Amino acid sequence: MSLNLDIIKEKLEAQFGDKILSWEEPYGMPTFTVQNDHNLKVLTFLFDEQELGFQFLTDITGVHYPDRKGEEIAVVYHLHNLKENFRLRMKVYAPIEKPDVYTATGLFSGANWMERETYDFFGVNFIGHPDLRRVLNVDEMDYFPLRKEYPLEDQTRIDKDDEMFGR
Amino acid sequence: MVDQANINLPEGSIEKQTTTLNLGPTHPATHGVFQNILEMDGERIIKTESTVGYIHRAFEKLAERRPLYQITTLTDRLNYCSAPLNNMGWHMTCEKLLDVKTPKRVDYLRVIIMELSRITDHLICNSIVGVDTGAYTGFLYVMQYRELVYEIYEEVCGSRLTTNMGRIGGFERNFPDAAFRKLEKFLEEFPKVWKEFEGLFSRNRIFIERTKGTGAISAERALNYSFTGPNLRAAGIDYDVRVHSPYSSYEDFDFIIPVGTTGDNYDRFMVRNEEIWQSLSIIRQAYEKVQAFKGTDADVYHADAPEYYLPAKADVYTKMEALIYHFKIVMGETEIPAGEVYHSVEGGNGELGFYLISDGGRSPFRLHFRRPCFIYYQAYAEIVKDTMLSDAIITLSSLNLIAGEMDA
Repeated sequence: MSLNLDIIKEKLEAQFGDKILSWEEPYGMPTFTVQNDHNLKVLTFLFDEQELGFQFLTDITGVHYPDRKGEEIAVVYHLHNLKENFRLRMKVYAPIEKPDVYTATGLFSGANWMERETYDFFGVNFIGHPDLRRVLNVDEMDYFPLRKEYPLEDQTRIDKDDEMFGR
Repeated sequence: MVDQANINLPEGSIEKQTTTLNLGPTHPATHGVFQNILEMDGERIIKTESTVGYIHRAFEKLAERRPLYQITTLTDRLNYCSAPLNNMGWHMTCEKLLDVKTPKRVDYLRVIIMELSRITDHLICNSIVGVDTGAYTGFLYVMQYRELVYEIYEEVCGSRLTTNMGRIGGFERNFPDAAFRKLEKFLEEFPKVWKEFEGLFSRNRIFIERTKGTGAISAERALNYSFTGPNLRAAGIDYDVRVHSPYSSYEDFDFIIPVGTTGDNYDRFMVRNEEIWQSLSIIRQAYEKVQAFKGTDADVYHADAPEYYLPAKADVYTKMEALIYHFKIVMGETEIPAGEVYHSVEGGNGELGFYLISDGGRSPFRLHFRRPCFIYYQAYAEIVKDTMLSDAIITLSSLNLIAGEMDA
């Protein structure tokens, strides 16, 4: 039988109840938000449950919303059921003081670097990750560059005298 | 001398100690800037540690300041072997967000360009695999046809490698006749050349012995590592974004998805090889469809989206609205609707995804590129474990690692 959104909603809500916080469908992609200490449980359920079978992880990334107090950091998972060709997006929100979510490396080997990248740029602490180091930036970096408090350089600045890249 | 107690040589090894070998960041045998620190037992690899990020350029951060049309130049520099493909993927993402419908002729022209870039991408990958197995001639021979494809790009948009081709809604101008003449020349001559190239390798005993059974990954592991594209198909999974989530009217074309069985270097080579033939067939179909447009329909090369598509220069000088739109677009002052979009295309290396979040300003709130290279490169350590160094070099090329795409 073919998979549809009603089945997914019904199953998830039967299993997790009010841990599933909201549902929406921006531009045709079913998206739900889950409480941040339940991300791994939901991923595992989606992976293992026969009818759901979301066994392909397309992407993990982070977003920083400075205006959302207490849930500034979002971690976004894109999942794909290749057999039914159904895509699903899952989000968890975590406070910026303690951005802890559980790692998905136990389910998906591919999550390893995706999570390292998310840690690298947003400082999300993936609990249980085997090797949570920076991946694209230098190891000595002491901030998380994609957070909104680090603006790009002002393009109109004139105080800089740089012989190599003079402007 | 390394402390004997710390050596983790496998049982039966005749070596006295392991050797650490730095493969990269710049090494004549690797194509791109990335480092692998190999721990070797003689010629056998025990452990690999991969370091990436040498050419990280913070595209995702840069994109947060740029209006949509300026981000196209960033996508060029992801997989620079198939830059127009990334451009088209980005334009389609924007069109999805802005709800712009493209005419059929634009879709078909895009398909021609996208398949040409797939051919150049696979052509480079396969001929480089040839170089790494010791056959340089094939690489030099097919290179002149990449040159011809670049001439087609040049006729269409004026540049060759980092093309910045197309606009939101279509192309900046109609394809000139010269582009079609060169396309015809390509369709006429390239198949013969590629046939010859294929003949040099696919049944060549030396090549088969170097590539068959080396660098293999099973379908389960490939899926678990989120492989996409030719590397996943070589392992036997027929996942292709063009078929599963058709975009740019791919549903109008008739083609097959080649799959391998073992996921080794030879299968990857053969899958790419067959994809080139499929791409050629798609281009022929698309060119036929483009030629079927007659009269005014044949002049359509962009969507009717005045808010996002630059008006003709003559109109800018004579019409008020055109002048306003011109100014707003060039200054990047067009407000884009709030929303979040994920759009993916079948890139040269697999599913190239764009995750765009807009909060209604002039530039994206957040843009994330799903780069297939970055995702499947992490499997490299597992694939080359317990293989010979010279096989690992071929594996590196046959995975088609493009440093630009990996580091973004």
